[in-house]
Order: sequence, then C-alpha cells, then structure tokens
Amino acid sequence: MHMLKIDNLHARVEGKEILKGLSLTVNPGEVHAIMGPNGAGKSTLGNVLAGREGYEVTAGTVDFAGRDLLSLEPEERAAVGVFLAFQYPVEIPGVNNTYFLRAALNAQRKYRGEDELDSMRFLKLVREKLKVMQISDELLHRAVNEGFSGGEKKRNEIFQMAVLEPKLAILDETDSGLDIDALKQVAEGVNALRSPERSFVLVTHYQRLLDYIQPDFVHVLAGGRIVESGDRHLALKLEEQGYAWLADAHPELRKADLTGAPA
Amino acid sequence: MNSVPSPFVRAALDAASATPASGIAWLDAARRENLEAFAAAGLPEGRNEAWKYTPLRALSQRAFALADRTVAAGLAVDPSSYALPGVEGARVVFVDGAFRGDLSSIDEHGIELVPLAVALTEQPEPLRFALAHRYHHGAADAFAHLNAALATDGLVVRVTDGVVASRSLHIVHLSSGVQPDSAWHVRLLIEIGKRAALDVVEHFATAGDAAQLGTVVTNVTVREGGRLGLMALQDASTATTLVRRSQVRLEAGAEATVHALELGGALVRHELQAELTGDRSRFDSRGVFALSGRQHVDTQLEVRHMARDTASDALWRGVADGRSRGVFRGAIVVAEGADGTDASLSNKNLLLSGQAEIDTKPELEIYADEVKAAHGATIGQLDERSLFYLRSRGIPSAEARSLLTLAFCRAALESLPNAVLREHLGERLVAHLPTGPAAD
Repeated sequence: MHMLKIDNLHARVEGKEILKGLSLTVNPGEVHAIMGPNGAGKSTLGNVLAGREGYEVTAGTVDFAGRDLLSLEPEERAAVGVFLAFQYPVEIPGVNNTYFLRAALNAQRKYRGEDELDSMRFLKLVREKLKVMQISDELLHRAVNEGFSGGEKKRNEIFQMAVLEPKLAILDETDSGLDIDALKQVAEGVNALRSPERSFVLVTHYQRLLDYIQPDFVHVLAGGRIVESGDRHLALKLEEQGYAWLADAHPELRKADLTGAPA
Repeated sequence: MNSVPSPFVRAALDAASATPASGIAWLDAARRENLEAFAAAGLPEGRNEAWKYTPLRALSQRAFALADRTVAAGLAVDPSSYALPGVEGARVVFVDGAFRGDLSSIDEHGIELVPLAVALTEQPEPLRFALAHRYHHGAADAFAHLNAALATDGLVVRVTDGVVASRSLHIVHLSSGVQPDSAWHVRLLIEIGKRAALDVVEHFATAGDAAQLGTVVTNVTVREGGRLGLMALQDASTATTLVRRSQVRLEAGAEATVHALELGGALVRHELQAELTGDRSRFDSRGVFALSGRQHVDTQLEVRHMARDTASDALWRGVADGRSRGVFRGAIVVAEGADGTDASLSNKNLLLSGQAEIDTKPELEIYADEVKAAHGATIGQLDERSLFYLRSRGIPSAEARSLLTLAFCRAALESLPNAVLREHLGERLVAHLPTGPAAD
C-alpha cells in the first residue's frame, strides 16, 4: 500500500498556475528526491502538501495512507504524520523551543487519541533525540529559531522531525545555504531516521545532498510536472548536463521551464 | 459648559448632597470646590484633546447613584475572588468602594496602613496638601474632580525611612456585583520614606457582573533613595466603567517600576503620571492590555523629567480582538535644565480582528539640551508565517494564535520580580486571549 499518492495535481499561487498535473507515488520506507530548475514548483509542492494558505489546489488529488490529505487543516496533516522541513524556518521570539515542541507533540498525540506526555517523559524523549542529532541542549532553552545560524535552523528542523516522528517527511531545500559540515550533520540526522515505515521526499536544487542521503528514486520537476524519473544516476546526469537536454524528450516544455528564467 | 446638566452630572450632584460633611473645614471646602468645577465643566467631549479617542457621550447619559455603604459593609465575600498567588503580605479590601476591615489585614512591620476615614478623624492635617489639591484642566480633570468631591474612603500608606518591606501590599477593589448602576470613589495616598521600599499589587476584581462606575486617584511620593514597585492588575467585570489616575512623584535617587495588566472593564481609562523631581531618579513602566468584545481601554502615560540625570523606560503592548478599542498615549516631557535625561518608550500593538481598533500616540517634548530620548509605536497583525509554522507542527490554529499573542506580550511582564505572580499573570492573560477562529 502506498503512503502518498499525488494524482494530476494542479495548484495556483497568487492566481498563477505553478503545478500543472503533478503525479507522484511514494511507498513506505522510500526516499524520493525531487530536483528541478528554479521556478519549477518544487517549494510549491511542499507547501501544498503541508496546507499553507494561499496555495490553491484547482485539480487533482492527494491521498495519504487512505486519507484525502487536501481536506485536512495544516495541524491535522501534521498529526496524521506529514512533516515539512522549511526552507526558511521561522524565528518566533518569546516562544521557548522546548515549550513549542512539547505543545506540538502533545497536540498531535491528542488528535490521534494518544495520551499526552508530561514534562518528565517529554524531556527524556528530547534527551534521546538530542544525542542522535548531536545537538547541544542549550538550543532547547532558546526561543524558536531566534538568533540561530542558518545551519542551526536546519538542524533544528531535523531535530523537530526526530521528536515528532512523522510518517512522511518533506525536506524543502534543507541543504540550501549549508556548508559541507552542516550538510553532513543534517544528512546524518535524516539517515538516522530512515526506517521501513518512514518515507522521505527531498526537494533539492543540488545533487550534493544526495551524496550523503541515498535516494531510491530521483524525479525531475519542470513546468509544474514530474517529467523524468529514475534512480540516483539521473541526479548525476543533471549535475553534469543541467536540464536543457530534457527539451528534446519533452518538446512541450518551454525554454524558461528548464532554465529557471522568469516566464 | 452645558446649560442642562447631563444625567451623569445630575446623579453626581445628587450623590454629593447625600454625602455628609466631614466637619473638617478645608476638606469640605475642597470637596465643594471640586464638585462645582465638575458641574461647571461636565464630562469632556470630543473636542477635548486628552479624551479624543475615548468618547463619553454614552456615559454622560447614564446615571450612577452612590454605592450603598451599608450594603457593601454587610456583604458576604468569597476571598477566593481576589486571592493572588505570590501575594501574601498585608491586604486592604474595598468592596464597592467601601473599606472592609473584616477582610483586610493591616498589621505589617514597618508599614503604616490607615483607612482614609480613620486618618481624617485622627490626624487630617498631613493629608491636607494632597486632598485640597486643585486641578486646573477643566473637563479633562472631570473624574479627578469627581473623586475629590466624593471619595470618603481610601487608604493612607506610609513606609518609614529605611524600611524595606519584604512582602507585597495587596490593595483590592472588589465589585460585589449586587449594586448595579452605582458609583464608588477611592483615594489612595502612599508615601515611601527615604531608602525605604514597598511593592504594591493593586487589584481590580469582581464577584459578579454589575454595571458600576469606579474612580481611583492615587498619589505616591517616593522619598530620597526609596523604591516603589506597583503592579496593577485590572480584571474588573466587563460591565465596569473605571477611571484611574495614578501620580508618582520621585525625589532624588528614588525609583519606581509600574507594571499594568488590563484585562477587564467595559470602559477603562488609566492616567499614569510620573514626575521625576529629584536628580538621578528613575521611572520604568511596563504594561499590557488584551481586549475583546466591545471593551474600550485607554492608557495615558505621562513621564515628566524635571531634574538632572533622570531615566525612564516604558514598554507597553496592546492586543485588541473583536470590536474592542485600545488607546495608548505615551508622553515624555523633558523640562528645561533636566540635562542628562535618558528616556525611552516603546509601544507595540496587535490587531486580532478587522473590527478592532488601536490608537497609539507617542509624544516627545524636550526643553533640555543634553538628552537621550527614543520612542516608537507600531500596530500590526499576527505573523502568518509564524502561525503556519506552528500549525505545520501540529498546534491547532486557536492555540497557535494564543501562543503567538502571549509571546508578543511577554516582554512587558517578564521584568516583574515576583516569579509566582508573574507566572499567574501569564496564565490569566492566556485565559483571556481569544481561542476561537480568527474573526475578520
């Protein structure tokens, strides 16, 4: 049984159609990488799946483990097991990181009919995860992402993922802006969370991340659709040759779709 | 002036004629003068700059009889309606404006606590300067006039030189809820001696909904090197009209920190006025209002730097939901010769609904040369990106909104030294914040 099945998804942002018939199936335990030129709709996909306001789905369906994902509120999507690691994690002054994470975990557990964790049990869980993620507990005492470096913010995203234990994690350009050490740490965090029950969708601009997280599938997103799928050799080919070669196989794509230039 | 007095003014005149004379010549004269000044000018109208954002047309058509003191004195009161965690010192309770000795505990080492009525019987002369004060701003002083004319109850607090009170003084203004359409007036006089210190928690509480008018005029003097901490928790019934004026005068090296949390009330006005008359004195103020429904809360902060090397810092936050209206005016005045003044004021506001309104007006008047002054005011909405971030982690929309709103207000309360009380106030604030879906 699939975990995620996206069928012919069309979505608009500010009146402009960005996704134009995207289809993708992800099975439990699989890691899918989605690559593509700027403006192809990579970030839109993550935001639509997480339920961000302003992203209007005009056609298509998204089935998540038997549920109509698009009918759920963002918090419900989180509770049923969808996690979006943000490209730009938000700084929230005045809200303590630990408090936030416990509120999030307990809200999810409550939604699923599970008992809420008291602060003792929660702290024990957090300590375990900190060890796996190699994150100092000093980070817990700060406000959510406030004053964090770019690398710290991305690691905090992975740390949240570790605590919330989603079924499906969508990483939206988590590798962007990271130096090689930070990238390795993030990749190690992700690899530690891989399991036969958990799936990943890695949205990335660079194949570099895939040196550290081995994907099962690589897809090219261009012009709002998946136009090419393959294994990790496809990523290497994109690294060497860019996207222009896709024009031969897909004459319907405009030049702008493959260069990332504004339409 | 109006040729025909409004129902509000007529009711006040009736109340005055029913109030027996004190028998103290200067006091009765002062009450009479204040009443005449009040009757002559009436309530301030829209043209009055100081009341521009707080219209009183509806109030002027209402009549409040004086709250019945005999009723107030005999009412059974549940102390849990005003109990506050972390506040365990002396307590003075007024019910519908009447001092209740049976609910108060006024024996506290180093602090003299005397009900105003007792002080006037035993030793009125020291109170003459404060109680015979003349106000000069006509209708803008309407409620000060009214309070001076009608307040027969109140409290005199004196902290002896050098005494640092270890526990907070809890002053409770409880609305009984059983005397609708009545008015009460309380006068507070606080004097903190040289190098003495006192923390006061002034608390507006309610035991039931009844439309009442309350006025409180407070005069605080902090002598050389003394320190005042004042926390004003206003959690009155949402049927209450409440007008307060708090004047704090600081002598050399004296310090005062005022915190205010405005949660309740239908129509509330607080005029917080500080005069830094002594060199090196300092006045800090922090406050939050969180409004919903049709509440109207107006804070008028005025800080006057009148001596050298004085400092003030003001940090205020406002949140308005529903069809409520918040008003904040923060004025810093630096008098000629008050060189070395360091003053700052920040007022940030959050509109949670399209029908709510917030008016904020920072003002700077500087007549001295060597001055550091900064001020700023903003009005905004909850950040949609933050909201989505919290929701994407599983926190329901309403909870996410209240979490962000609390975070927004937190800066104004975190400097409160009493940790137990601070945490309790945070909880009260959260309980008061809207939890329903966003109204547009």
